[in-house]
Amino acid sequence: MSGSMERLVPLWFTIGLFAVWEATCRLLDVDPFILPAPSEVLAALVQYWRPVLRHSLVTLWTTMVGFGLAVAFGIVLGLIVGWSRTIYRGIYPVMIGFNTIPKVAVVPILVIWFGIGEVPAILTAFLISFFPIVVNVATGLATMEPELEDVLRALGARKLDIMLKVGIPRALPYLFGSLKVAITLAFVGSVVSETIAANAGIGFLMAQAGSNFQMPLVFAGLMALAVEGIAMYALFALVERRMTRWAFRSSTSAAA
Amino acid sequence: MTAFVDIDGVTLTYRGASGDVTALRGTSLAVGRGEFTAVVGPSGCGKSTLMRLVTGLVRPTEGRVSLDGAAVDGPVKIAGMAFQNPNLLPWRTVTDNVLLPLEIVEPYRRRFRAEKKQYKERAEALLATVGLAGFGDRFPWELSGGMQQRASLCRALIHEPELLMLDEPFAALDAFTREELWCVLRDLWERIGFTVVLVTHDLREAAFLADTIHVMSARPGRIVTTRQVELPRPRDLEVCFEPAFVDLIHELRGRIAEMRAA
Ligand SMILES: Nc1ncnc2c1ncn2[C@@H]1O[C@H](COP(=O)(O)OP(=O)(O)O)[C@@H](O)[C@H]1O
Ligand SMILES: [Mg+2]
Repeated sequence: MSGSMERLVPLWFTIGLFAVWEATCRLLDVDPFILPAPSEVLAALVQYWRPVLRHSLVTLWTTMVGFGLAVAFGIVLGLIVGWSRTIYRGIYPVMIGFNTIPKVAVVPILVIWFGIGEVPAILTAFLISFFPIVVNVATGLATMEPELEDVLRALGARKLDIMLKVGIPRALPYLFGSLKVAITLAFVGSVVSETIAANAGIGFLMAQAGSNFQMPLVFAGLMALAVEGIAMYALFALVERRMTRWAFRSSTSAAA
Repeated sequence: MTAFVDIDGVTLTYRGASGDVTALRGTSLAVGRGEFTAVVGPSGCGKSTLMRLVTGLVRPTEGRVSLDGAAVDGPVKIAGMAFQNPNLLPWRTVTDNVLLPLEIVEPYRRRFRAEKKQYKERAEALLATVGLAGFGDRFPWELSGGMQQRASLCRALIHEPELLMLDEPFAALDAFTREELWCVLRDLWERIGFTVVLVTHDLREAAFLADTIHVMSARPGRIVTTRQVELPRPRDLEVCFEPAFVDLIHELRGRIAEMRAA
């Protein structure tokens, strides 16, 4: 199969999925209240494109703010944790344990503290996307080859030199690799929070539409989410490739 | 007159959660200025520990280490190091990898920005002497293992250290590449005249390159035999087939076998 054909496979697959969905709804005469056909979802999108767009932008904004906070704090904490192997070994298990707490469970608490609105969504997005960044940055620093550290220390390098020359550049691919995971998680966080406690955003729109029995609109919201999510993932996957070309190249090199 | 590298009755114990490990016990070793010394011994006997002691990366539990007449009580700054793994930074070009020590060691560090151009030329000249002319702008992953190790040697030498510490630098290379690199190292040493401590478990490598070979015992390591290599210099690879060379290898093998049996 040629390269360009192979690249089109996901597209064909998606189109096929929609076709099967449409066919199933028509042939089995599925109640649109249970599962609307893609044509009905599309109709809802056309009809309600203004609110869908407006709420999508709210979700995009809360996700991005939460994600931005996560990146900033994640990098700082990651640097602290990865600074010494001792700290890393001590804190890493604690962090992993902490990360297993379902962050969604804190939404009600955030609502009590900050009220209904954008703040709980931003904070949930932040909390949920923060850990992969910390863990990745710290791992990138702490897994530095000890011999390389010896080479530099024997030259009289201070810890800061070693971090600036080796640790941080080395941690960049780990950081950029974690961004595409983190943005997806941030998105999940803000949408979940919006569904529970907000007055704007796609999550809110879907919850509203659901309680008004407008299933095609719920699905239209879902489509908007899918598009947004894929776009953000693709953006950060691209950023990753751009920023750390050497990491992709060197991992495929044959040299020992 | 004291030796350039003087390890005197050194014991080193690593303290760990799962108990203490005594890597070296009562080890003494002296290396003269400009001498090419090889240390051979079984895996885990403390050879790398010896390197870390001389460069001041670890402190002896007992005994003392001195370098150029001064006690070593911290990273020494006059040593270059290279290991089995070339450890080049994949995000830097070969030249920028070689320049790394100059970004750290004074006085180069201070002048680095101003004199980057001269330093680059110097790195490229050094790369040319190890057969890497024209490869300076490549990235490490574009080089074979042997070429990466050549670049690693250049990185160890760019700041003109008086002491070169090599920890099994050629162990991961195929036999032909390894012999090529022996010659590269021999030529560098003959041209520049630094002091070398080469850790290896290849007796031929030690005999071909060194003036003196120290044999270490199993852990806790100490020097059990010291043997001068009297083969005339300059040596070329043909020397490996001469009776004197073969006898020397034979003799060292015998010593090691005796020691292992004991
Ligand atoms: N940082 C360390 N902590 C604890 N034990 C160590 C450490 N480094 C080396 N050792 C132990 O010391 C012994 C000697 O190690 P090393 O000097 O690396 O030997 P060699 O280089 O001859 O193979 C080994 O048994 C090793 O497990
Ligand atoms: Mg070793």
